Amino acid sequence: MGQLFAVEIIYRGVFQKTLAKNITRGIVLAAHNEGKLGISFGRYGDAPERNGIPAKSFAIVANDEQTLEAGMAQYEPKQVDLTVVVDDTLTKGAESWAWYGLQPVHHALKAGATLAVVSQDDAPALLKNIHRREEPYKLGVIKGAASFSGMWVYKDDHTDVRVLGVIAKVLPGLFSLKSVEQYINEKLKNPLKVTSVRGAYERFTAVDVKPGQGNPEEPFKFTLPGWEKMRGGVSVTGQPQGGPYADPTTGEKGGFRPHRNELFKKYSTRTMRPVINFKTCTKCTLCWLNCPDASFDVTPDGTYDTNMESCCGCGVCEAVCPVNDCISMVNETEFSDNKSQWEAFKKDQEAYLKWLETTIQKAEPIEKRAHGFRYRGQYQEEVPKALEIAAKA
Amino acid sequence: MATLTVPVEEKKKVQEQEALITGAEAIAIACKLANVDVVTAYPIRPYDTVMQYISQLVADGEMDCEYIVAEGEHSQFEIVKHASVCGARVFCGSSGVGWMYAMEALTVSPALRVPMVCMVGNRALDDPGAFGVEHNDALAVRDLGWLLTWVDSAQEALDTALIAYRLAEDSRIMVPLAISCDGAFLTHSQALVQIPTAEQVKKFLPPYNRGDLLMHPDNVISIAPQVNEDWVMEIRRQNYAVTEITCDVIREVYAEFEKNFGRKYGNPFFEEYMTEDAEVVLLGMGTMSTPVKVAIRKLREQGKKVGFVRLRWFRPFPGPEIAKCLERFKAVGVIDRDFSFGSPNLSGVVATELRSAMYTGAATRPPVLGFICGLGGREVTVPDVEEMTDIVFQAANGKAQPLTQWIGLRS
Repeated sequence: MGQLFAVEIIYRGVFQKTLAKNITRGIVLAAHNEGKLGISFGRYGDAPERNGIPAKSFAIVANDEQTLEAGMAQYEPKQVDLTVVVDDTLTKGAESWAWYGLQPVHHALKAGATLAVVSQDDAPALLKNIHRREEPYKLGVIKGAASFSGMWVYKDDHTDVRVLGVIAKVLPGLFSLKSVEQYINEKLKNPLKVTSVRGAYERFTAVDVKPGQGNPEEPFKFTLPGWEKMRGGVSVTGQPQGGPYADPTTGEKGGFRPHRNELFKKYSTRTMRPVINFKTCTKCTLCWLNCPDASFDVTPDGTYDTNMESCCGCGVCEAVCPVNDCISMVNETEFSDNKSQWEAFKKDQEAYLKWLETTIQKAEPIEKRAHGFRYRGQYQEEVPKALEIAAKA
Repeated sequence: MATLTVPVEEKKKVQEQEALITGAEAIAIACKLANVDVVTAYPIRPYDTVMQYISQLVADGEMDCEYIVAEGEHSQFEIVKHASVCGARVFCGSSGVGWMYAMEALTVSPALRVPMVCMVGNRALDDPGAFGVEHNDALAVRDLGWLLTWVDSAQEALDTALIAYRLAEDSRIMVPLAISCDGAFLTHSQALVQIPTAEQVKKFLPPYNRGDLLMHPDNVISIAPQVNEDWVMEIRRQNYAVTEITCDVIREVYAEFEKNFGRKYGNPFFEEYMTEDAEVVLLGMGTMSTPVKVAIRKLREQGKKVGFVRLRWFRPFPGPEIAKCLERFKAVGVIDRDFSFGSPNLSGVVATELRSAMYTGAATRPPVLGFICGLGGREVTVPDVEEMTDIVFQAANGKAQPLTQWIGLRS
């Protein structure tokens, strides 16, 4: 048996589908320039993709057919030589909409292997979110803004080839920089991309992450029942209704909190979260009525608090809220826990409002957000900006 | 996952182009090469990838055909049926319950001698809604006169699609043909594939000619009238006559394919892997061949003489050939990625058919054990294969085993 290489790309469903496919195809074709064989595929269980749902794409490469076949003999690689996360808000873990629980982003990474994240932050900031693990690994940042496109458009900001440049550096046995350049020249026919791939190759560095370093949160998981213990008739029990809950300061019960599914949390889908000003809230109910995931609790005060395990960050609440700056969507990288904002507000109003003031300054106006394209010409505007960020790195 | 390319003669290789494509894309390219006239589409996973690729080929100006998006699978298959009797080469396909929704159109096509070529992206039947591979969808037409084949790599998918047109449109055959591709493992996995040239395909595949069955103003006929008991048996016997000769025509077409393209598939009906000196064998269809072969190599290192037979053609079922092949082993384990509830011995479809073939065709009859495995897209793992091999060896050594066992099940 020869050497088997497996690379995993963790990406946001739909927004980064083409990007992930281009990267794994590029891996196989660059390695094929050195006579290697390979396959590229997306994790079938993640599809059909929904906007923003964490998803995975893989490339498996070997020198000979039998070794490749051994790698293909499983549904997805159980161990990978490199994981690339193409949006840093995914560092909190990936819960695909199939039933895996929450997987840390280094879930399949071999001990000592490299985790590369596309981010504008540095490694220590990312480690606030990346779960702890027992085996050491290396963490490197591919500097840049997360490249988001839509179902029918692809933002060709060179993220694909910059990732390939990083792979050539981290796994020189998989393919050399020369082989990637050959792939770009022959298949993509874009000399500017050769410049990008060289830049990424030269700049990329990684730091050692020691066992126990990182986010202490225990990712949620569960055991699937056997066929004899399952309910019959392809049926599942409904959730109980829920009810009032206690104010953390007075202990008085009030409001309404729906019972939520313990096995299906949706927060790894989120790239932004709503932050709420409970002081200016007029209790109009619009956020609560319009939330597609029933993520709002009615607090004992009569205001509305988002449950951060249930919210997938769609931003409908912000859009329907009639009060200026009462609900603001802020990039998920600003947060490292899923605690209740209303409880923080109740415990120390002054501190909460101060935190809110600085936090909502980081909220970008809706038309500037990178989720797909909202108006004609936005693509053309975003490409130079993304290239500029990458060049600065 | 799908297995790899079959060997190509060097001189042929230079003419062909290599591409990194999925099994679905491979079939779309075969449709382009076969110069298909009418394609109908209706989305359902995992079949829908092939309709996407064909629409892309049309949009890019690489393929010229009528591309019709129907309002459901029933119409999808009805439209190609009608186009086919008017002389058009057609392509169609579906998956899971979509295939079942088209059932009325699927039922009538063999009697009308419609050589439609379809891709079934094998998918579990609802409920529960699931996208993973199970073979019960395509198998639902197994008694109706369809030709059914299972492939296990993108290369084989492309080659078989070309073979399919030549075979289905042969004037002696003229019945519909479905190529089954396992959902995910084949339809959605990109592998390196050799793409033949248009000239090669043109030489191999003659134009579609329905002869006097063509519906045309110059050949006035009426198709599918209402009849009673005085006609039906004779009509059925005509389809039966096709089944009597199909195996011979399959052999001819594969020999022609080899001559034109240089890729060798050997015995068209089934592929044998490490069977020469094997004491026991496993048998199955589709992409399970990959984990099974990997497991066999591992088991061979431990001195266990086990082989694998991958069945390519399920209709026609190569009864005498496969019985002759299997009679020499001490025991046979059939891995069914399907179920046949209430069948004799409660086994899967393939095990049940195989026992029937062995009863009449084999000089000695080794025990045939049935395994239900990999349903709904569940991985057939290397440890699963080791477990099944172990059970088959116990049967070979005279220790009685249940005739049907579920492998890889949570209990």
